[in-house]
Amino acid sequence: MGSMIREPFGAPFLMRKAYGEALVELGRARQDVVVLSADVSNSDFSFMFEAAFPERFFNVGIAEPALVDVAVGLANSGFVPIANTFAFLFATRAVEMVRTHLCFGGANVKLAGAYAGLSDSFDGPTHHSITDLAILRSLPGMTVVVPADPLAVRRLLPQVAAFPGPVFFRLCRNEAPQIFTEQYAPEIGKGIVLSEGGDVTVIACGVLVARSLLAAQELRALGVAARVVEMHTIKPLDAALVEKCARETRAVVTVEEHSVIGGLGGAVAECLAGACPTPLERVGVNDTFAESGPYPELLDKYGMSVGDIVAAVRRVLGRKAAQR
Amino acid sequence: MSEPHQTPDSSDIPIMRRVYPYGVRHTPEMIADLSRRAYEYRAQVLRMVYGRGSGHIGGAFSAAEILTALCFHHLRIDPANPLWEDRDRLVFSKGHGCAMLYTVLAHRGFFPVEELPSFRALNSRLQGHPEPGKTPGVEVAAGPLGHGVAIGAGMALGARLAESRRRIYVIVGDGELNAGLIWESLLVGSKFGLNHLKVIIDYNGVQQTGSTARVLPTEPIVAKLETFHWHVIEIHGHNMAEVLDALDRADEIHGRPVAIVARTTKGKGVSFMEDSPYWHGGIPTPQQFEAALAELEQGARQWAA
Repeated sequence: MGSMIREPFGAPFLMRKAYGEALVELGRARQDVVVLSADVSNSDFSFMFEAAFPERFFNVGIAEPALVDVAVGLANSGFVPIANTFAFLFATRAVEMVRTHLCFGGANVKLAGAYAGLSDSFDGPTHHSITDLAILRSLPGMTVVVPADPLAVRRLLPQVAAFPGPVFFRLCRNEAPQIFTEQYAPEIGKGIVLSEGGDVTVIACGVLVARSLLAAQELRALGVAARVVEMHTIKPLDAALVEKCARETRAVVTVEEHSVIGGLGGAVAECLAGACPTPLERVGVNDTFAESGPYPELLDKYGMSVGDIVAAVRRVLGRKAAQR
Repeated sequence: MSEPHQTPDSSDIPIMRRVYPYGVRHTPEMIADLSRRAYEYRAQVLRMVYGRGSGHIGGAFSAAEILTALCFHHLRIDPANPLWEDRDRLVFSKGHGCAMLYTVLAHRGFFPVEELPSFRALNSRLQGHPEPGKTPGVEVAAGPLGHGVAIGAGMALGARLAESRRRIYVIVGDGELNAGLIWESLLVGSKFGLNHLKVIIDYNGVQQTGSTARVLPTEPIVAKLETFHWHVIEIHGHNMAEVLDALDRADEIHGRPVAIVARTTKGKGVSFMEDSPYWHGGIPTPQQFEAALAELEQGARQWAA
């Protein structure tokens, strides 16, 4: 592994706290940033921005369509609004507003989707968000960014704010291991090769990047050299990097905290089918609703354990071997 | 009909473009001129929709006086600089009525009047429903109904944060009041005391499949809005003097958003179109086109000097 990865991983840190701190930092750096909330600011930690900059914080109540549309009006007025609520609500209740005014109308609004994936684990399937990447990625003009650890949140949020046009910034609720060193320098739209390997490429996003790195370690012990790519930008996908890795390793596994339909795995499948057909296995939620429970065990039960990643690599290597 | 009809006679365009800057007195001549032009703009809309064989006449006609009063007098806007930071904002929420919005914007100088016949044609800037960035003067997308008040509320928050004098005008149809988002937004407007925000309800009483009273009753609308802590002004929305006065009175309200309930008639100005849900999206036959045009010309003549 390169110097970009901490060995061993740093202590777990609360992702939403990293977001709240990054938001305050952004508010200090940019006077044109305003923050909107649908009354979950103590969940997503945007309350930290409210405490620092109360005049630039607006709680519209439990009214997600209004949340997005009020942000549209502020964007029209020259501000950079960051709207905050649970990820699934942007992708379901408020998606018409997102489509019409952000994607079609071009309103420069940023969506911070809290509690994404299974991270609101105990609240259960009504609060899990396993289709948001698929839904929002399908909208023309949308950019989708998924940070993998606390440092990634801090490094990517200012880029999200500066990026022209709408961005969905997908956030985890819970503690995540600190995997990146200060060398980590993400850039929206560009995937990052975290570890080299020639047998298979594991493309991951979000907090499952850590599990993918652990899986690569296990695989190395088994004699398999897995290349790990962090794809923090789901859209626009870094197709050049995906194709390059597919050509060089001729086997690909995607790993995401999302349905295997339409998210990172879907995006990579679309890319490979068009440019470089390659055996592909997708690790994620297998087209089902999950259940309440503790977060790590929930990820394990629904197919996103380190062992599941290793198993997917072995499957894809079998398919690769069969092609020879 | 695939081919557009002839561009209207442009000889009277300079007169149709006269602006009465914000702040001037509402003289009888000004009121008569704007009233007459509202009919001429209706005739233009009729030509556009008939020419393309597509569009929405009824809800465009009901908003004629409101849009004319705003764009040719009340709004502080600059067609030469459509994105001027401190412009007043016009949010046309009832997007299906955009043929009237385009007509008024073109005559106000935002783009050439000669483009109006390209309404809804391939490669036109004049889309079936408003698209910001494509049509100068169009602030936001509209079409899916119920969005305007929330967007206007965001603009009003923006005006306050920027310490700007800009005012926000939102035109919604009464059918839009069916949407839950409208009521969320009314709550937001009163919570923040958005005195920059003025919502004009083009209350024509008819939506796509019937009267609003039958589809989803919204009355008593004035009492409802007052209960939501909005300042309400109720007017006859085809009486130009009342429209102009209501816009001035709305400016005098502080600490609260204002709703102007404009009682209007869907299809106003053409007897067989008035109050009929058919003319929400109906397309005139050639005979109906001629008859409608004659009525609108008669309507304009009643205001001629």
